Amino acid sequence: MKKKLLYIAFLAMGTYLIIVSCNKQIEGRTDNLSALKPAKNDLNAGTWKPILLTTATEVSVPAPIATTSPDYRIQINEIKSWQEKITAEEKALVKYWSAGAVLRWNEILRELVAKRNLPPYQNADGTYPFPDASNPLAYPFFPFANPPYAARAYAYVSAAQYDALVAAYHYKTQYNRPAPFAVDAALNVLIPKSDIPSYPSEDAVVAGAAAEMMKLLFPADQEFIQKKLEEHKRARLLSGANVRSDIEAGENLGRAVAQKFVVRARGDRAGAAAGNAALWAQLENDTKAKGEIPWISLESPKRPPMLPLFGKVKAFLFDSVTTISLRPGPPPSTSSDQMKKETEEVYNFVKNPSREHTRIVHFWADGAGTYTPPGHWNAIAADDFITMNLSEVRWARNLALLNMSLMDAGIVCWDTKYYYYNPRPSQLDPRIKSTTGIPNFPAYISGHSTFSGAAARILGYLNPAKATEYDAMAKEASNSRIYGALHYRSDCEVGLTVGNNVGNYAVTRAQGDGAGN
Amino acid sequence: MKKNLLKDALSLLLVLGCILDTRAQTDLDAIMMNKNQFCSGLQFGSSSWKNYWEGTLKRNNENLGTVSSTSLMWMANYGITDKLNVMAGAPYIWNKASAGTLKGMQGLQDLSVMVKWKAFNYVKNKQKISVFLLGGVSTPLTNYVADYLPLSIGLQSTNVTGRVMVDYQYKRFTITGSAAYIGRSNITIDRNGYYDTQLRLTNKVAMPDAAQFQFRTGYRGRYLLAEAVVTNWTTLGGFDITRNNMPFPSNRMNATTAGFNLKYTLKSYTNLSLLASGQFTLAGRNMGQSNGFSTGVFYAFYFNKKDKK
Repeated sequence: MKKKLLYIAFLAMGTYLIIVSCNKQIEGRTDNLSALKPAKNDLNAGTWKPILLTTATEVSVPAPIATTSPDYRIQINEIKSWQEKITAEEKALVKYWSAGAVLRWNEILRELVAKRNLPPYQNADGTYPFPDASNPLAYPFFPFANPPYAARAYAYVSAAQYDALVAAYHYKTQYNRPAPFAVDAALNVLIPKSDIPSYPSEDAVVAGAAAEMMKLLFPADQEFIQKKLEEHKRARLLSGANVRSDIEAGENLGRAVAQKFVVRARGDRAGAAAGNAALWAQLENDTKAKGEIPWISLESPKRPPMLPLFGKVKAFLFDSVTTISLRPGPPPSTSSDQMKKETEEVYNFVKNPSREHTRIVHFWADGAGTYTPPGHWNAIAADDFITMNLSEVRWARNLALLNMSLMDAGIVCWDTKYYYYNPRPSQLDPRIKSTTGIPNFPAYISGHSTFSGAAARILGYLNPAKATEYDAMAKEASNSRIYGALHYRSDCEVGLTVGNNVGNYAVTRAQGDGAGN
Repeated sequence: MKKNLLKDALSLLLVLGCILDTRAQTDLDAIMMNKNQFCSGLQFGSSSWKNYWEGTLKRNNENLGTVSSTSLMWMANYGITDKLNVMAGAPYIWNKASAGTLKGMQGLQDLSVMVKWKAFNYVKNKQKISVFLLGGVSTPLTNYVADYLPLSIGLQSTNVTGRVMVDYQYKRFTITGSAAYIGRSNITIDRNGYYDTQLRLTNKVAMPDAAQFQFRTGYRGRYLLAEAVVTNWTTLGGFDITRNNMPFPSNRMNATTAGFNLKYTLKSYTNLSLLASGQFTLAGRNMGQSNGFSTGVFYAFYFNKKDKK
């Protein structure tokens, strides 16, 4: 009897085990979004101010064929035949992409950043190899998508999408071609019906611009990007939202506009940002000559500083003179009492870190193998934009404003870092151990703080209801770097202010771009 | 009496002097407590590694140097009947790296409770075959950080373990084989998104289940137990650490280790047992090539005088 009970108990245990182990599905915050239903259609977006395009008509889009033509009929029938044999997998694609083109491509970009954000392993002689854009699949893979690289990538993709959409909305109103379901009432539509003209397809514009831009930025991931592009286009056809000619015109327009950004990117000085051995030595010597302790790499073997010339990259929101004018005054001297005090403060935070402080450090760390702090702010923004039911063009505009702020914040921050070349707390006091990886570049000013200050300022303008919350998040992100022993208080406080100042340029642009708020 | 004490003391020195493994887990051996016996003990363990497997690539890391782990584990075992034991354990762990700037971590890890049932027993002449069924749960006692590998002290998952163990004994010679399935719950980390093989916009991490196999053989005497042990831990799923990336809790962590266990019960005072074990890692994946040892002291309480030997 007792034995029987035991057998039953063990059997129950085994069953429980199977249940526990089978129920592992985790769901991402945006895995099951409902389809985007914009609160307003922003049909006047063709008049909004583009970033690089001189006018919305700089790239021409040919007039579409008439909806009464036999060719158009064929395109409608193509949709119908696709829909007749739609598979479960295709339905999932339609649902996935219906959440928003700009959102999904932003997620894809964040994914690639996280995948490629890995510092190269050293050579046998203790030097480090540099990724080569012309040979991206050979180790070390190109790119090393570190925070400055990532910030720039987010900015270019978002800005190219925005400009391409401004042009697209212009042609939408100009040609005013109705959506296929408006032409053929018998056509099935699998997503919410949009009342904006369908030529050129805004989804294909976004996808084309993203794919073209990412070809430059993530050349090792061409196949993946192409697969996403094809899926996106197929989803739009299947959904009945666009006919093939809407999609083709959209993709062509997106690619053509992105080409303008590709040309800019090739000439924005980012390619030379790594510097060379002579420059690295000069940075160290110049700092010594000023009577300060220069930054040294805390990695073993010592790694060259990350992108010392990124501060020279051409910003989106201001010119190079402004970049320098945004550079803050110097940090406390490395020999000052103030610096001693701030170093001691860092030591005290990390000596016996509280669980809550470690949580904050890790929440905001966004180090190697992640989508970086700019990617984290994209995630925060996207979560909020989803709830705001923005049109595709406003999604693109808001992300472009955010990402231009983040890239330009990176530029000003990197300019400052390499102007002062200030050591990290662990260099000045070897007792100080950090609770997350120490980035391989000078301390002053904190990158996290500068990025966060810029992001909070522009997001607070775009979504005023959460302005205070964004500021609080930025403050927490900034503080996390003190708690984690990566930065002194002055790095963080000044960084936050500089970030706010950069963000103000984006606010000024937003106030004058014709989009309203 | 005095002579015995001296002998015991010498044996103790011998046992403690053997520098090797970590766990003399009673959930892995074929020894049962008799009814109403209760024993409790402390085990001190130390292990370290300099090389690790990044996926399948073996490497070192100058920014970690040697990663070492020290633990102090409380363990207890109670005989509900001669054939049904319940056991529990909980370690406090200190992890640190000898190089680089990363701060070590320490804390109270998981409580594990395991029921061990001697379900089948066959004796003929001097041969004996026993089958054991074990089932148990382990769960974190504190909110320690899991997502800080290789320095985090644990993985935060609640695990359910089912184990089958077969023991063969001929006179004092024994062979024990066991296989276990470990179901692991999802965990929550401090980030709001992460990349494993794709971008995950969640703080939840799906932990792959694991299997453990063990083979041990040796001498099982009245006072001395000495065994050689080979153990394999295989994670059933998970992903590899990419080149020069950090490890992650849901990596495919595998390890095959070899080692020995010694247990000595004092002749002069059978309430007291001393344990020592050592192990080294033969092969692995996404884990450190760890070598370690442990020593422990167990004290048995005989609540039922009848059972006292």
